[in-house]
Amino acid sequence: MIQFTTWDILRGLLLATRWTILLSLVSFIGGGTVGAILLFLRIGKNKVARVAVKYFVELFQGTPLLMQLFLAFFGLGLFGIDVPAWLAAAVALILWSSAFLIEIWRGCVEAVAKGQWEASASLGMGYLQQMRYVILPQALRIAVPPTVGFSVQVVKGTALTSIIGFVELSKAGTIITNATFQPFTVYGFVALIYFAMCWPLSKSSQILERKLNVAHRGH
Amino acid sequence: MRYHFDFGWIAEYYPVLIKGVLITIELTLVGAVVGIALGISCAWARALGPGWLKPVVATYIELIRNTPFLIQLFFIFFGLPGIGIHMSEITAANLAMVVNLGAYSCEIIRAGIQATPRGQFEAGASLAMTPFETFRHVILVPSLQRIWPALSSQVVIVMLGSAVVSQVAAEDLTFAANFIQSRSFRAFEAYFVSTAIYLLLAIILRQLLAAAGSLIFPRRVRR
Repeated sequence: MIQFTTWDILRGLLLATRWTILLSLVSFIGGGTVGAILLFLRIGKNKVARVAVKYFVELFQGTPLLMQLFLAFFGLGLFGIDVPAWLAAAVALILWSSAFLIEIWRGCVEAVAKGQWEASASLGMGYLQQMRYVILPQALRIAVPPTVGFSVQVVKGTALTSIIGFVELSKAGTIITNATFQPFTVYGFVALIYFAMCWPLSKSSQILERKLNVAHRGH
Repeated sequence: MRYHFDFGWIAEYYPVLIKGVLITIELTLVGAVVGIALGISCAWARALGPGWLKPVVATYIELIRNTPFLIQLFFIFFGLPGIGIHMSEITAANLAMVVNLGAYSCEIIRAGIQATPRGQFEAGASLAMTPFETFRHVILVPSLQRIWPALSSQVVIVMLGSAVVSQVAAEDLTFAANFIQSRSFRAFEAYFVSTAIYLLLAIILRQLLAAAGSLIFPRRVRR
């Protein structure tokens, strides 16, 4: 029987971590893009679009991410698309994270004082101008800490893609466990690697919150 | 080739689905009750506990909040037997949910406690209450009332997150979906139906928690 050293295990896991990082980036950036577009519909003037996006959010926040992954995996196949696990994973994670980002960002836009809308309207600005020059610059400042905080959820969310067969950190953990019979060590390392990715993000979210909140201090 | 949807297959398996739903509900109930109790204890420890306990609790919270639930579950079910701790899949699922919700609810409750004016502690002390009595009677209830909506959404998140316990063969709703899928080869329908059930459960749970909130915390003078 082949003997596996601790270093063998760790190296295998670290190699698989690349895919976790890549998938996290794709999901976060893709989710952010889709979320930003849908956010404009969500807070826009068109009532039908507003309600549609509201239900989109409700649907993706009210169902397990695992089920969304399964449905993407098997559902896309119904349209005759050959679905590799990475595609299903990326599609589901992008839609899932966009649903959460829409709500986070909507809260940030609403946190901008109502008077700012009225003030900019009184200057004769149109909707897009109001957004561009008055609301978004203020909302973005509020949005940075919770957005960074949400990126932690995305990294953790990628772990579920192991269940539909995408080989990332979690799946590698299972594979290596099956080869080495050392589940305690392997899953301990897997947890620590996730921690090493997520904790700096959590911390920086907290630090940003303190830093960017300077303007509101004393209120 | 056109795909013909056939939900009739799924209806045949309704006992499996019902059993799965019941187990998901049971997991959520145990997770919520014990998890929130753990969260309150940890919040107490971080606010008023002895000095040595604070870093221990802080480490627990940071570790849980920054690792995926799936890995916590795998560590408990597959990893712990490595050091001689064995448990059934349903116990492991329950434990994972409690440990997970405990960490998140602690942070939420702590936020509620921090939002409590400092004077409340002093007022309690001036009534000759011990710090624990002050915490129990003066601080905790208004804090919980303040953070109830956040706590409710966390419970819903944990309920949805419980879908992964099927991976250690705990027979929850997702397990039922996988079972039906493997029997009927109707993957899309099986997952579609169970996703719809999850959505329904989430909506009902949110309503129930909101109702419970207004029952436990009667409307008081609002600031």
